[in-house]
Amino acid sequence: MIIVGLGKIGQKLAELLSSEEGHEVTVVDTVAEHLRYIVNEYDIMGVVGSGSNIDILEEAGIETADLLIAVTGSDEVNLLTCLLAKKAGNCKTIARVRKPEYSRELRLFKDDLGLAMVINPEQAAATEVARVLRFPSAIQIDTFAKGRVEILKFRIQEGSPLDDIRVADMAKRINCDILVCGVERGDKVFIPGGNFILKSGDLVSIVATPHNASDFFKKIGIKTNRVKDTLIIGGGGTAYYLAARLIQAGIKVKIIEQDMMRCEELSELLPKATIINGDGTDTDLLAEEGLEHYESVVALTGIDEENIMLTLFAKTQTKGKLVTKINRISYDNVIGGLGLDTIINPNNITAEYIARFVRAANNSLHDDIETMHMILDGKAEALEFRIKKDSPITDMTLEQIPLKDNVIIACINRNGKIIIPRGKDCILPGDTIIAVTTQLGIKDIKEFLR
Amino acid sequence: MNFKIVAHTLGWVLSFEAVCMILPLVCALIYSEAAFMSFLICIAICLAAGVPLILMNNKDAKMYSREGFTIVALSWIVMSIFGALPFVISGSIPNFINALFETVSGFTTTGASVVADVEALPKSILFWRSFTHWIGGMGVIVFLVAILPLSGGRNMHLVKAESPGPSVGKLVPKVRETAKLLYTIYFVLTVIEVALLLAGDMSLFEALTISFGTAGTGGFAVLNSSMGEYSSYIQVVVTIFMIVFGVNFSIYYLILIGKIKTAFRSSELWAYLGVIAASIFIISINCAALFDTVAESIKHSAFQVGSIITTTGFATTDFDKWPELSKTILVVLMFIGASAGSTGGGIKVSRIMILLKSIVKEIKISAHPKSTHKVKMDGRTIEHETIRGANVFMISYLLIFAFSLLAVSLDNMDFTTNFTAVAATINNVGPGLARVGPTQNFGSYSAFAKLVFIFDMLIGRLEIFPLLVLFSPYAWKK
Repeated sequence: MIIVGLGKIGQKLAELLSSEEGHEVTVVDTVAEHLRYIVNEYDIMGVVGSGSNIDILEEAGIETADLLIAVTGSDEVNLLTCLLAKKAGNCKTIARVRKPEYSRELRLFKDDLGLAMVINPEQAAATEVARVLRFPSAIQIDTFAKGRVEILKFRIQEGSPLDDIRVADMAKRINCDILVCGVERGDKVFIPGGNFILKSGDLVSIVATPHNASDFFKKIGIKTNRVKDTLIIGGGGTAYYLAARLIQAGIKVKIIEQDMMRCEELSELLPKATIINGDGTDTDLLAEEGLEHYESVVALTGIDEENIMLTLFAKTQTKGKLVTKINRISYDNVIGGLGLDTIINPNNITAEYIARFVRAANNSLHDDIETMHMILDGKAEALEFRIKKDSPITDMTLEQIPLKDNVIIACINRNGKIIIPRGKDCILPGDTIIAVTTQLGIKDIKEFLR
Repeated sequence: MNFKIVAHTLGWVLSFEAVCMILPLVCALIYSEAAFMSFLICIAICLAAGVPLILMNNKDAKMYSREGFTIVALSWIVMSIFGALPFVISGSIPNFINALFETVSGFTTTGASVVADVEALPKSILFWRSFTHWIGGMGVIVFLVAILPLSGGRNMHLVKAESPGPSVGKLVPKVRETAKLLYTIYFVLTVIEVALLLAGDMSLFEALTISFGTAGTGGFAVLNSSMGEYSSYIQVVVTIFMIVFGVNFSIYYLILIGKIKTAFRSSELWAYLGVIAASIFIISINCAALFDTVAESIKHSAFQVGSIITTTGFATTDFDKWPELSKTILVVLMFIGASAGSTGGGIKVSRIMILLKSIVKEIKISAHPKSTHKVKMDGRTIEHETIRGANVFMISYLLIFAFSLLAVSLDNMDFTTNFTAVAATINNVGPGLARVGPTQNFGSYSAFAKLVFIFDMLIGRLEIFPLLVLFSPYAWKK
């Protein structure tokens, strides 16, 4: 496959895809320096030149490529590259298209230009944020089985009923149909067995239906209602997409934006939102706008440092849900220690969306992965499989399946009925299951077995 | 410096060497020679040293450029030391320095020898001597990268440090696939040559050893007269294959995948072939008087030109007796060397092209100080980094050459001998002129001079920097 453009997204993609078996990645960029670093670091080939040049594409091996991903900084170059790629080789194409005026034509691009996927990083980020705001107790939510099952990540607070409890006892104690599928403690990631003891401060990921999840959170004393109002600081593209989505869901939105022109634009686009023209880093302004009363604050300015400081400040003022956009800074462990609540990185989200698509396309050839999510800080994957007739894991109870230690079967979906499995449950052909594993790049159920 | 990964890889190198020694072991068995035992002992020693290193914990396997250079340089040194053991233990070359010289000469595909009477050595020892050429030609590390589960993309640091040429690229996205492809091409070409030589009524033993010598562009022969006693057919086959192995292997890959036009657009290929053709033309006229027929003259000059420019070092005739012009052309060819990405040594055709082009650029800039120029090759601009690399290479190369010449002159030989001896070792050619000419050998030099030559051969094969990194204190810091 070929990746055109080595910005943040391109690099992340190269990193994600080259580390998996079976992908031969060639990257194309106009700047030789970008390539030198990435080619030394990962097992990929680099070609210097413009992706919209047919000779360069040929040199990168477009004739034999299965997939071309255009993620340069320019929408037009991306689209042109995809068009050329279609002409030159018979491959699927993915383009990053950022401008809102193009985003409205997504269907046209997909159908008429034959793109397999069009992705807008800002919109992708907005979707993520909106999902988090609908369920503020969770730090991260991934959905499976067409929304019937979710994997939710949350932190165990001190004094929580979950503190110092065995995983096996949890279901009894709390009487709730959920399953713990992963725990992050410090930088370690565990797929917990029944004897695993939870501690306060752990980041726990659970599998549940949305209804059971809110039930569960209620029982352990975490409020679950979606937020009623949101204060967005910074009025860029992401803010626009997010606001539009939230307003649709009936959440009140206030946007603070510095640039007068942009404010006017936004108020035109979003008549229902309150647009404030002012400096979002001005604490007096924030107080005046009632920061402390907001149930959620989303920091979406263009400067990462400003977003971090804003969130840290907001944390002292309000008990609401805090979301921070971080684009560029890569000190993950430091930022993780700041207690910023939810952090979103549009580039990583985009790269992961694309990687997910790539794997799904790849897997559809030989096995049936329906969806795939990176969870537990990217150290584990949750995979949704369709079980075939001759699958090796049917006709026995879960206890009898010789699973590896780093795998857990988190959920069974039988014709729309969700079963959170226990040891005595069976997997039948035709089910889809969700498996969580720390072994990345799995393609076949057989790889789960000992 | 991550010593764990260095030790781990060295362990693999030693184990690989043990595996390689099985071939001469079998050879000794076939000819029922006493050297059998010495190979058995050497295999045991290599495994005893290598396997524990492999088993050592290497979880923290971070490899950066620094580790890549160090691993490659150390691998070649360690491999040479252990590779010299069969010569010493079997008593063929009892002096260790001599044995080391012979082994380094083998691995670096130089072909310079200290043995006066080659035919007196056991066949299995001769086989090992030639086989080192084949291993060293494409590189041990490249082979290990192709077969071992050494993790991650950073293996490219290893391949880069071991492969010759001003800028090393990949053929396909994966390092391992690239290494596999290179070795497949190398192997297949070698097999073709063996088959052609067998068709010329050569014994299998000779066909194999001569092919190893040609493929690695090494130059160890199994007869005292090098290639002089073989039939014209065999000499012609070897001529062609020497030139074939001096071509950048990426061109064969391009031909293989059907991009023949792109392959023949390579300006380095044409420059390389052009230099060969011109040299053959001049030398065959210059030497016409020495031979009975014109065809004879062309055959010998073609063989010698092919042998010297690819830095193989076989000889069909004593070119030391040729006229001065011809000899000087051969010495110049030693420096030019083969193409980048081939198994040959020398400065490399493409590097010389880059240097010449940057000279032209400088001249243009002197005439029009405000004009801007880019050095281009095959229609694309050459990165500044590459040009800088070529310049620094050239300067270091000349300095090392000068110092080696000084050091070697302690032995009080004549200038031609000293100069061509250093040129023949640093360019991995093998024979020089005068007292190191094709009928002579390096045996008359002192042990110190031999150590200097050993250093030069390694410098030449690894293209200077991997070896120099070893001398930098920075490389040894944790």
